[in-house]
Amino acid sequence: MNRYYWILGAFAALVALLTVGLGLNPRDVPSPLVGKPAPAFELPILATPDKTLGPKDMQGKVWLFNVWASWCVSCRQEHPVLVEFSKKSDIPLLGLNYKEVRGDGGFDMSKMPADEEKKLAWQRANKWLAEHGDPYKLTVMDLDGRVGIDYGVYGVPETYVIDKAGVIRMKHTGPITPDVLQKKILPLVAELSK
Amino acid sequence: MIWRALMFALCLAAGPTFASSATEAAVAEDPVAEKRLQELSVELRCLVCQNQTIADSNAELAQDLRREIRGMIKEGKTNGEIIDFMVVRYGDFVLYRPPVKGITLLLWGGPIALLLFGIFFLLRYLRRRATRVADEKPLSADEASRADALLKESDPK
Repeated sequence: MNRYYWILGAFAALVALLTVGLGLNPRDVPSPLVGKPAPAFELPILATPDKTLGPKDMQGKVWLFNVWASWCVSCRQEHPVLVEFSKKSDIPLLGLNYKEVRGDGGFDMSKMPADEEKKLAWQRANKWLAEHGDPYKLTVMDLDGRVGIDYGVYGVPETYVIDKAGVIRMKHTGPITPDVLQKKILPLVAELSK
Repeated sequence: MIWRALMFALCLAAGPTFASSATEAAVAEDPVAEKRLQELSVELRCLVCQNQTIADSNAELAQDLRREIRGMIKEGKTNGEIIDFMVVRYGDFVLYRPPVKGITLLLWGGPIALLLFGIFFLLRYLRRRATRVADEKPLSADEASRADALLKESDPK
């Protein structure tokens, strides 16, 4: 009898392991950047293409950094949440437009000159924000995705919470749901803003 | 979701050989550098198609990362420096051979622990069986004749 309890126990342990393990999201890769300074960059601003902005311009503020692109389908899902957030909150939300043209997949980049890519990217990004609303204090343009690599971007949309000292405190991969905003992001932002 | 599905389809479409696009072919001039890129990129996981290396994957990100690695090889960075570049950004998850440390202990130690566990139970079973067999006494003369009788009875002939 004793050994049947043993087998039952082992089976229960296996079930528990699988319940937890299979419930995890394999796309939720823990970012090594959490707790590290936000990687530096200087990227042109969507509204004022001749001016650039980098994380050092945001020193002293708690801010959100949201990676988006007009070709990104999941971004559409989270966008209303962001628009709503920007109306209610004075926490600055900055956008990183990630590979607006190259990421689309519908263009032959080997045949597109750089200035044409730039023109098209600005045009598409502006159009998208005009259609869906612009929750961003401003958006910077990462045409070739290099800054995205520095931030470990692998699945747009992604959102970073960056503190007053310029340290990344949280990264969320995938669309922001009202739940994620209320339960994870806002409490953290409130804590960091103290 | 559609984007992810598309990415998935793209990942599947990429064959086991080194996936490369037309733009990449132009850069691939230096055979030595290409060989190093090959060696490095089979060690690194593509984060979009998680079960492929960045050598296999044709996902956009894998192409970008191969471009970055090419750039770093050209700059004369060592393999260690290039691997570090990836780990700093994407974590140990990008490594197909993750380092042995606290959090990966179960991963590395698990199979060995299971093997030892199995050997322990096998040995225990064998030892018990051996004593059981040794404990069995041979049949007495009376028992032997009864057994013979029973066997004959059941004989169909």
